[in-house]
Amino acid sequence: MGELKRTPLFELYKNYGGKVIDFGGWELPVQFSSIKEEHEAVRTRAGLFDVSHMGEFEVKGTGALSYLQKMVTNDVSKLIDGGAQYTAMCYEDGGTVDDLLIYKRNDNHFLLVVNAANIDKDFEWMQSHLDGEVELTNISDQVSQLALQGPLAEKVLQTLTDTDLSSIGFFKFKEDVLINGKKALVSRTGYTGEDGFEIYCRPEDVADLWKAILEAGKEDGVLPCGLGSRDTLRFEAKLALYGQELTKDISPLEAGIGFAVKLNKEDDFIGKQALMKQKEEGVARKLVGIEMIDKGIPRSHYEVFKGGEKIGEVTTGTQSPTLKKNLGLALVKSEYAELGTEVEVQIRQKRLRAVVVKSPFYKKG
Amino acid sequence: MNFPKELRYSDEHEWVQVIEGNKVKIGITDFAQDELGDIVFVELPEVGDEIQADEPFGSVESVKTVSELYAPISGKVVAINEDLDDSPELVNESPYEKAWMIEVEASDLAQIEKLMTAEQYEEMTKED
Repeated sequence: MGELKRTPLFELYKNYGGKVIDFGGWELPVQFSSIKEEHEAVRTRAGLFDVSHMGEFEVKGTGALSYLQKMVTNDVSKLIDGGAQYTAMCYEDGGTVDDLLIYKRNDNHFLLVVNAANIDKDFEWMQSHLDGEVELTNISDQVSQLALQGPLAEKVLQTLTDTDLSSIGFFKFKEDVLINGKKALVSRTGYTGEDGFEIYCRPEDVADLWKAILEAGKEDGVLPCGLGSRDTLRFEAKLALYGQELTKDISPLEAGIGFAVKLNKEDDFIGKQALMKQKEEGVARKLVGIEMIDKGIPRSHYEVFKGGEKIGEVTTGTQSPTLKKNLGLALVKSEYAELGTEVEVQIRQKRLRAVVVKSPFYKKG
Repeated sequence: MNFPKELRYSDEHEWVQVIEGNKVKIGITDFAQDELGDIVFVELPEVGDEIQADEPFGSVESVKTVSELYAPISGKVVAINEDLDDSPELVNESPYEKAWMIEVEASDLAQIEKLMTAEQYEEMTKED
């Protein structure tokens, strides 16, 4: 194991009570106050996350659009300048390389945001498929990122900029927005199921922005938030986490992100044949929500049974801080995916009853 | 961080309090609850169960993770704290009082003498 990587905010964590853990090779805060408090802050007010570990690639050149069309499952040709799109990137067999966001500046210039743990893998994969007039650059070290999430996010951030933030629609972005005097790319995107913004800036500016946003949000109860609440928030909203809901062995169709797979787009793309087949024959497994009937909390990799037969595995589970129920996402054989199906989860020595329920567990009102 | 002097401590972060004779109460330490974060579920044995020193007797779950509870001593469970069923957050709020977990008739009081004192345990939590 090499040395753990740190974001430019590392030195600041302790000033806010941050408890640091090893997260996929990064030394990141799991919580500042408590996961529950931070979770509640984001659902009812707003919370600020350091997500500078995320990776950013630039794709430039006259061949950029057709190259991306080949690489990802969504239809990049539908993106307008200043728009963002969520997509998967697949292997030939339909397994998932990563899930990512694509920001379109113009036809010849895109910004990709990928998962931190996948930066090297994604870059090598994309590089090995380069063709035409395309320049691919890993700019992860030159970009820091904050996420301000929650119903009061816009109100708080607006106090620090002259740009009218209400003009940035859902999955749209603006560049060169001056926030507290620092230049940033601001998009109305996030990973919590709430309204909010992701703010991309220079590493040398991120500490100032972090402090300024928390100061501006103090009266409204904005809290610094860690990876723990980021995970519970995205879980309730059924937003996939690579490594759990999505892996090289799980296709985006199985993981329930079929909305990001455009099998009818004009261009051919890697994994299309396999995904087409899955779609035609019906996927073998589906990602479902489960709620425990017996007392117990489902966790990642716990096995799921039906009448003695193993039918799948929990991908993520916890006690939902919003709903106070013991909930899980589980990838199960499709024939058991129907709402109301009773299943069993192996929790330590016991098989405990659970039921397939509607998901996402939480949708903002 | 709080380390009451009258308790004894295990290296798995449980505390033991002698109530009278061979009757003891067991719970987890202030240090342990702080490390775990928000506790949302506590799984305890049943009254009448035998527990064995250094063997798991239950588990405690935070939002983020599951941790096993290891018996600091051997004995027979004579009471469990049923309040923790509905209010697992007591473990965060009052680890040494309201959130005692089980009451045990110790089979060998000498096992308690082998546990750490408050000073020794505090020292251990400072080493990384």
